[in-house]
Amino acid sequence: MKKSERGNWNPDDITEREIQVPDFVGQPDRDFSESQGPERRSREESDREYHQAQKPQKPVSKKQRNRVYSRVAYLFSAMFLVLAGYMAYFNVSLADELKANPNNTKMEEQKQYVVRGSIYSADGEILAGTNVDSEGNETRIYPFGNVFAHTVGYTTNGKTGLEAIYNTDLLTSNTSIVEQVGKGVKNEKVRGDSLILTLDSRLQTVASTALGAYRGAVVVMEPSTGRVLAKVSKPDFDPNTMEEDWRYLTAEDSQSPLLDRAMQGLYPPGSCFKILTTLAYMRQYPSDYMNYTFDCGGVLTQGDMSIQCYDGEVHGYEDLQGSFQHSCNTSYANIGLMLDNDEFADLCEDFLFNSELPTVLPYSSSRFELNGKSSDGDVMTTAIGQGNTLVSPFHMALITCAVANDGRLMYPYMVERIENTEGVKVSETKPMQYKKLMTSEEASTIKSYMRSVVEGGTASSLWNDSYTVAGKTGSAEYEVVGNAEAEENFSTHSWFVGFSNVDDPDIVVSVIAEDGGTGSSAAVPIAKAIFDAYYSYNMG
Amino acid sequence: MVSLIIQFSKYAIIILMAIYTMQSYIVFSKKDEDDKEFLFLRQNLMMFMIHFIAFVIMYLEMEESELVFFYGSQFIYLAATLVFFRNLYPRASKLVVNHMCMLITIGFIMVTRLSYEQSVDQFKIVAASTAVALIVPLIIRKMHVLTRWTWLYAAIGIGLLAAVAVAAPEVNGANLGFTVGGISIQPSEFVKIIFVFAVAGMLAKAKNFRDIVVATAVAAIHVLILVYSTDLGSALIFFATYLVMLYVATRNCLYVFAGLGAGSVAAVAAYHLFAHVRVRVQVWQNPFLDYSGSGYQIAQSLFAIAAGGWFGTGLFQGTPDAIPYAGEDFMFAAIAEELGGIFAICLILVCMSCYIMFVNIAMRLSNRFYRLVALGLGTMYAVQVFLTVGGAMKFIPMTGVTLPLVSHGGSSMLSTVLMFSIIQGLYILREDEEDQIEKIRERELESRRYY
Repeated sequence: MKKSERGNWNPDDITEREIQVPDFVGQPDRDFSESQGPERRSREESDREYHQAQKPQKPVSKKQRNRVYSRVAYLFSAMFLVLAGYMAYFNVSLADELKANPNNTKMEEQKQYVVRGSIYSADGEILAGTNVDSEGNETRIYPFGNVFAHTVGYTTNGKTGLEAIYNTDLLTSNTSIVEQVGKGVKNEKVRGDSLILTLDSRLQTVASTALGAYRGAVVVMEPSTGRVLAKVSKPDFDPNTMEEDWRYLTAEDSQSPLLDRAMQGLYPPGSCFKILTTLAYMRQYPSDYMNYTFDCGGVLTQGDMSIQCYDGEVHGYEDLQGSFQHSCNTSYANIGLMLDNDEFADLCEDFLFNSELPTVLPYSSSRFELNGKSSDGDVMTTAIGQGNTLVSPFHMALITCAVANDGRLMYPYMVERIENTEGVKVSETKPMQYKKLMTSEEASTIKSYMRSVVEGGTASSLWNDSYTVAGKTGSAEYEVVGNAEAEENFSTHSWFVGFSNVDDPDIVVSVIAEDGGTGSSAAVPIAKAIFDAYYSYNMG
Repeated sequence: MVSLIIQFSKYAIIILMAIYTMQSYIVFSKKDEDDKEFLFLRQNLMMFMIHFIAFVIMYLEMEESELVFFYGSQFIYLAATLVFFRNLYPRASKLVVNHMCMLITIGFIMVTRLSYEQSVDQFKIVAASTAVALIVPLIIRKMHVLTRWTWLYAAIGIGLLAAVAVAAPEVNGANLGFTVGGISIQPSEFVKIIFVFAVAGMLAKAKNFRDIVVATAVAAIHVLILVYSTDLGSALIFFATYLVMLYVATRNCLYVFAGLGAGSVAAVAAYHLFAHVRVRVQVWQNPFLDYSGSGYQIAQSLFAIAAGGWFGTGLFQGTPDAIPYAGEDFMFAAIAEELGGIFAICLILVCMSCYIMFVNIAMRLSNRFYRLVALGLGTMYAVQVFLTVGGAMKFIPMTGVTLPLVSHGGSSMLSTVLMFSIIQGLYILREDEEDQIEKIRERELESRRYY
């Protein structure tokens, strides 16, 4: 090699040590940069010392020495690959949730390039759309005003509902390349994708009208698929005029119109909860629950707690189905005392109490607080759906769906599919089982009990010739807080959960009317209006 | 129209980067030197094309005529670096040189996109660092005394870190450096190099357990001072590097397990002792609990990576500047947002290729001290990449370290360029050794032939 190519290095410097180079097998590590040329003799002693110091006890081959280096290289390569894999995982599994995070304002950037997409009902009505005027000003219009307020949500003063959850999709355009290029050349905005909901505008309107002036909520679902057909919460608001109404809507005495009571309202379930008490009893006494009898004297006292049947009624002798049909409180208090609390709590947690609900919308977790240490009083009140148990109307709908669908709870969904502006499908929600909550035998027993409630119990006004209904009413007492002037300190929420076409259920309806009195007085007529509308529109 | 060009260009950049990355690995399968050489040249082409496309986009967006000159100077710098390294040190690893230039190019692009003013400073620092780096291999070849100054290295390292811990002003909850004449210097960046020399020196000479205890004590002092200065990222880098060096020096897994055990105990203790450690862990578990406070930075980082998706938003189409310290600790998130997830994965693979080359160089060296130095410096680099990339994705708790060669920051840039050059210098030594072997063989053959 020529000198010039090797920089300033003089090959002659190394003549001596070259001879020692050939192989390192069996040799101690040696320092090659240490010149041992004649001019460096003075150093040799210290060099020798150094080399002796690092001389290993056993000679180690280069291959052996390199093995540990390879291991380190493999380890770190694995770490890098894990990072790369995590990056991929991030995009596949974590990104969507982050994009929908309410704190995430990244999508706002897209507004420069994309006009927010529209939201349609299942029957093709426009629920939210953006009008662009000749100067390019955009206005979000909600043609149905208050009716879809909580479900569709709003986009001024923050974002809520499906507008918030599907913000990314609405601001993403999956339109054809031709269209995108065309708009790009003209510097025009493209339209974002549209949502087609499972909610039906007719059923939603009927539900909203039926709930009328009551505060409360209605949830209508298709138990066989998990599609949500209607979801109403009252009091409501007009998403078209959020800015003007904001002060009023958020005022302290406004009765929280912005709260989505269907998802976030927590109420004592009242007698509707007897569905789960019954199931718990069936599971804990599998061989003899059919032989259960109880002599209802109108009141049951245990310790310092007395449970009375509603309105001082005395039901006399009754079996389990009779107790359910008449919603007999004393009988269910008796059943509660027979139950193992921990097993009961396990069952309720299986039924999604104290846990997460399968939904994309914000919700409140339902509560069930019984355990082995609970007092008899708590046990009795919990068994009849009072006590510390709290549940949302949506959660009650899910439980009823499981009963109606042979014990299988389908994953509830509100967006049927996403389409681009040309109507081409971008994505679609497929019905999917979320959880098997009970056996089909258990479901069919509960179903027959619920059927009896309509046949001759508290929901007999739902009896008619055109369709069959099974259900359960509830009259949930609660203590009125902060109203010292009221004569009574207790008020009653009116509940109904049930389903139509009992043999092959079409829809599940869950209704709560706050302060509506008994289940049969307020909630049942509301449910009836919805069932009637469903069959009169031939939706079944 | 501009937005359309940006959309198309982002795919072009991703494809070029993917090809570059593939070439980094394909080269290992090439036996023929000419093939390799050709591949390396094509890699340079990819790099220059990415650089060009990115600056066209930035020019369209910023409409800043200075950008043309800036692009020109960067182009000249990159070309000069490649030419100088090739000619002054024909035996340097071309793959490592290519990677160094590629990472610097990505840094140029992203820092310019985030802040034009910062990028001008950054460019000056890069140019100066590279000028220094060109001399490094020369020094290494001539400096035979490097191995002897072990205790001096340790003393300087501990001294510098202690000075920072005691005297440096606190900025953003951590005291990391001094400002001298308007330039802020982070001594820990340079101590990284000195530390590796110190540890390599001690472990290379270690012949009994006592020597290892002494080396460990010296390393532990470094780490503890860093923890005290709340520079957790550096502390972790030093700690992990020491463990790896200890392992290869002793070939004993027990030391590693003991080290990991001690590290875990120390981590738990640090969690209970220091509030800032607890905050880091809490933010890692759920950045949204204190979204507007301590969780803000990592939340923005996650939003950025999510917004980027696989293909990125395109340059200037995202908002990476929403992340506090995007150009420094969260450069990876900024890259993922605008250049995309695929590009980001390629970047990780390029860093991995660097590390593999570093270990490769270490393995081919014969001198124990130099082997440990090469591996130690390489490991410093690898751990730092892992911490900053993992931290930005919330894979691990955020530690606040930069992405070497890419992030904005003078000290980090200079020290990383030095690290790369030192390893290159060692590589040249290795080539020298092989050269000698070759020569001996040749001479033996010749002597047989003629005598």
